[in-house]
Amino acid sequence: MANRILLISAALTFVAVFLLLPLIAVFAQALSAGLGAYFAAIADPNVQSAIWMTLTIAAVAVPANLIFGICASWCIGRFDFKGRNLLITLIDLPFSISPVIAGLLEVLLFGLNGLLGGWLSAHNIQIIFALPGMIIATIFVTFPFVAREVIPLVQEQGNEEEEAAVTLGASGWQIFWRVSLPKIRWGLLYGVLLCNARAMGEFGAVSVVSGKVFGSTDTLSLAVESLYESYEIQAAFAAASLLAMLALVTLVLKAALEFSLREELAAVKRRKAN
Amino acid sequence: MPTEIKIANVSRAFGGQVVLSDVNLTVHPGELLALLGPSGSGKTTLLRLIAGLDQPDWGSISVGAEDATTRHASERGVGFVFQHYALFRHMTVFENIAFPMRIRKTAKPVVKAKVEELLKLIQLETLASRYPAQLSGGQRQRVALARALASQPRVLLLDEPFGALDAVVRRDLRRWLRQLHDEMHITTIFVTHDQEEAFDLADRVVIMKDGKIGQEGKPIDIYQNPANPFIHEFLGESNHLAVQVQNGVIRAEAGFEIGHASVPDGRAEVFIRPHHLVPVPAAQGSWRVGRITATGAQARVSLTRGGITLEAAMTADALLETGLRQGDQAELRFTGGTLFAPGVGPVRVSGLPQTGVRFLRTGHAGA
Repeated sequence: MANRILLISAALTFVAVFLLLPLIAVFAQALSAGLGAYFAAIADPNVQSAIWMTLTIAAVAVPANLIFGICASWCIGRFDFKGRNLLITLIDLPFSISPVIAGLLEVLLFGLNGLLGGWLSAHNIQIIFALPGMIIATIFVTFPFVAREVIPLVQEQGNEEEEAAVTLGASGWQIFWRVSLPKIRWGLLYGVLLCNARAMGEFGAVSVVSGKVFGSTDTLSLAVESLYESYEIQAAFAAASLLAMLALVTLVLKAALEFSLREELAAVKRRKAN
Repeated sequence: MPTEIKIANVSRAFGGQVVLSDVNLTVHPGELLALLGPSGSGKTTLLRLIAGLDQPDWGSISVGAEDATTRHASERGVGFVFQHYALFRHMTVFENIAFPMRIRKTAKPVVKAKVEELLKLIQLETLASRYPAQLSGGQRQRVALARALASQPRVLLLDEPFGALDAVVRRDLRRWLRQLHDEMHITTIFVTHDQEEAFDLADRVVIMKDGKIGQEGKPIDIYQNPANPFIHEFLGESNHLAVQVQNGVIRAEAGFEIGHASVPDGRAEVFIRPHHLVPVPAAQGSWRVGRITATGAQARVSLTRGGITLEAAMTADALLETGLRQGDQAELRFTGGTLFAPGVGPVRVSGLPQTGVRFLRTGHAGA
């Protein structure tokens, strides 16, 4: 009994020190000069531009990875083909390499002295130190989120429902929209949520390829750093508080989705059991 | 007008493993046919080939007048009911049944009327707004059938339709399906590994083994005249005796005489159903009564002689009349059996007299 109390309080202390305290500190610092200063910091054109950049990047990267995730899970879940295991490993690649390295790889590829750099500059296309590069970096880093959520679901559920739909006269698209997609919707949403959180919070890879021009190629997380380095502590925390709020919303949605997803998987298991 | 299904020279292998080899089968219009066989005999594969869920490596399948092999599964007009129902988990019962009409863009009032008609048919009118997860196995099975019927199929294919249900539900659903078939007269094939189910439900039974058709015919004919030892054993319990035939006399290798058959001399096998063995009390009898068990109306007696044990079955009343008890001595009458020998078709052995010395009535059965 005493051991249990000891363990629980140790865990709670850990959570308080490492998770709760920083969160409180972010909001405390952000509001240290009052609400007026807080909103003024957020209304700053440079911060506004950063918010806009972050939203733009997420608006491209998340749908891109959503589509990729559906395709990959379809291939991997349905078919057994040569290179299937290689594809699974490749999907995990962004998890296993540092985002900074990912950014550097992109510079090596698209930078002025990079492999494709000459061709790109000859055609007047700028990728590095511009929005396209930041989007590509974000897509790369958030690559696995959707696919990894959906693949196990597809594998668990099998394709009997799709086969039933075929025999009932459905075409490929009808099956996809009416059967396959609804089957994985919770897993998909869960993946999108995680993907979005990561896309908006990404720092390392984007930092390498953005060039960090405050007010032009800064995302919200990069803006926090820029403000902090220029000793605008309160403004930095105000920007950070937006990311913290995103994290909190993500957390709540995640918990709700996990519940639905568990139900879904439990239903599959029940069906398999009897 | 019911549709005919013709399967001609169909073969299928999965990665070198032959699952179906040169299968020929015609399913008559309006027939209820059972594909019966142990697991791995290729019966489900054959069903999937007919539905177009899989393609044959060789041969052709026609549904009605047209060659179905060139048609996509969605255009074959085949209703398929899966063993695990394969209901759309995110749709209500109503939407599941409406699905085939929704994808054909049928007018909403028509869909509603048709679904309600089908719900009535499967006696689930009150559960229209439930989700599959909220239904029992038997209910799901009926919804799956209604959904298949909603696409107005020309033929109906059922894969182990009662496999996942408990015994009572299974029996009820079986009767219901038979009734439904008698009303609708839609050509139906169902796959099962349960011979009782096949015999109870089907007009005709096709027994499959190792990707080939072992035997086909009316249930009673197959039971009376199984084509080979495998089918004999598959269709129910049997006693198996290795025998020698000499001058038409069948003699067990252990020495005792079983009867006569007009087959060439040599080694053979005789299969005898338990109810074709009748033990008769005899103080000097050469069989010893072993364990006696009675399960309700049926009784079983095991009899031993010289290291050979046979199982006899009779009604519990008949057993009482004989007065046999464990440890008694008895004589054994063989009232039937089937003899299989290399190069000789199955030979029915029946009507053996008690003394076992008179000539038997023998006949060539089956093929």
